[in-house]
Amino acid sequence: MNPEQIIFLVVAGATLVSGLMVVTTRNLVHAALWLVATLFGVAVVYAILNAGFIAVVQIVIYVGAIAILFIFAVMLTRKDMRDTGPQLNKGWWTGALIAVLAFGGLVTLFQSWAGISKTAAAIPSDFDAVGLLGSQLTSPDAFVLPFEVASVLLLAAMVGAVYVAFTRK
Amino acid sequence: MNFWNDPLKVAAEWLEGIFTGWGMDAVFAHVLVVFLGVFLLITLLMVLDIFLVWIERKVVARFQDRLGPNRVGPFGLIQPFADIIKLIIKEDTTPGGADKVVYNLAPILSMMSVLILWAVVPIAPVILGVDLNVGVLFLIAAGAIGTLSIIMAGWSSNNKFALIGGFRQVAMMVAFEIPMLTMLLIPTIFAGSMNMNDIIQSQGSIWYFVLSPLGALIFLIAVIAELGRAPFDLAEGESELVAGFNTEYSGMKFGMFYAGELLHAMTFGGIWGILFFGGYRFFGLEQVSPFLAVLIFFVKALIGYWVIMWVKYTMMRIRIDQMLAFNWMFLTPLSFVLLMVTALMNALLAGTSTWVYGIGMFLSNVVLGWVALELVRSYSRREREKLEGPKKVAEAHH
Repeated sequence: MNPEQIIFLVVAGATLVSGLMVVTTRNLVHAALWLVATLFGVAVVYAILNAGFIAVVQIVIYVGAIAILFIFAVMLTRKDMRDTGPQLNKGWWTGALIAVLAFGGLVTLFQSWAGISKTAAAIPSDFDAVGLLGSQLTSPDAFVLPFEVASVLLLAAMVGAVYVAFTRK
Repeated sequence: MNFWNDPLKVAAEWLEGIFTGWGMDAVFAHVLVVFLGVFLLITLLMVLDIFLVWIERKVVARFQDRLGPNRVGPFGLIQPFADIIKLIIKEDTTPGGADKVVYNLAPILSMMSVLILWAVVPIAPVILGVDLNVGVLFLIAAGAIGTLSIIMAGWSSNNKFALIGGFRQVAMMVAFEIPMLTMLLIPTIFAGSMNMNDIIQSQGSIWYFVLSPLGALIFLIAVIAELGRAPFDLAEGESELVAGFNTEYSGMKFGMFYAGELLHAMTFGGIWGILFFGGYRFFGLEQVSPFLAVLIFFVKALIGYWVIMWVKYTMMRIRIDQMLAFNWMFLTPLSFVLLMVTALMNALLAGTSTWVYGIGMFLSNVVLGWVALELVRSYSRREREKLEGPKKVAEAHH
């Protein structure tokens, strides 16, 4: 086992445990903080996969913006941080079934794929991943249309949010 | 390859040789040496941090026409050690009803968010942690951890002053992250890379401060807000909130916040130097020896730190509504326009000589800054007139 595998196993384990803690802890702020830990773990997995840009953006957006927003929303809307109700609802078995089926499906899918047991080829040292990502996102032959559609969607959401929050004097 | 040209690599190879000589696995030896390198860097930074306490206190004393620490040791140099001993032996209190784990984790995360910045800071051409190709974005990601630590500290203390201070600080950090990120893109446009080392290397003929003085200024303002220093220190406004988010912390836990803030200020002084003043470059001196490059970098970092202190001890605190209005209505639109103008000018002036490029960039910055200030001035005149009524003609004749 090489150090990279050890790091992966440790990080994956920590991510799974914190993911579990998000849904089992009764304190809502703790749940948000465990979520931050989960998102960090995912960022480390991206970094192990040589996707530095995605890893950093994951932290900037999910930890720096979305998790902070969650924490703010919980603090501003709840007086008591403890949740007292039951942690399971009537449909819990459907959710569990879907989760098990999805996991089983992924395992069988990956087992039938030949690439699963191969080691990835080393990335050449002059490989410009960020430059390539940028040109792919803005090139008409590649992903410019989805990229622009997503941008317009976000803009519409922003205008909508401003409209909802705006009070006329 | 000798030690004086690439000290880090030579030292690492020497150590790895020793470890494998003891019969250690080569991969394991490499990992161990990397860990030792990180440990060494953090230790040096913490020692530097001790002296920053002394520097900060001496500089503020000069600004306020005092002497500063001058009793313990020559020029009061031993004073920070006395302070540390005091902080360590102080009673470590935890307020009743505090969330213990979160409460104790917050100062650690705060310090970590500063130390992690040094992973991407190139101290010399060959002395750097990671040559990350998204180094500029990494700075913002590290700032996210700092934001998190402050909201954790404010919430877990079970104190309303701490919570209000934490809310204010986070509102400010989230707001000023936007102009900061936008201004980080300006050196990226000039250098064509987000790698910190590339940004320094491409400032060979001209500093980016000359190309984009407005960008450097906005970045400095955003950095000061991110640090929560005056005029943006409303999160710890002593007169209203005791000490803001760190009200309940005592002993070394408070020390972590305090030392973290000082090191953060020095670090951002250095990053300001890297992005706009050529980092370790100084008229080819960095080619002579990496040690000289380290010296140049730290001189620039301390000058940047001094500017931040200069602002802190000269300006007065602003209110939260003024701070938010300043950011959202002035700084954010201005930084977006500046980014667009810079990108446009960069495309228009591509292929021209360095002189034309430099003068064009500089002029576009000056014109944009002037227009922005004129707009703000006419807005403030209208607001004043709304309150006071139009100026009387008789007064104008005086």
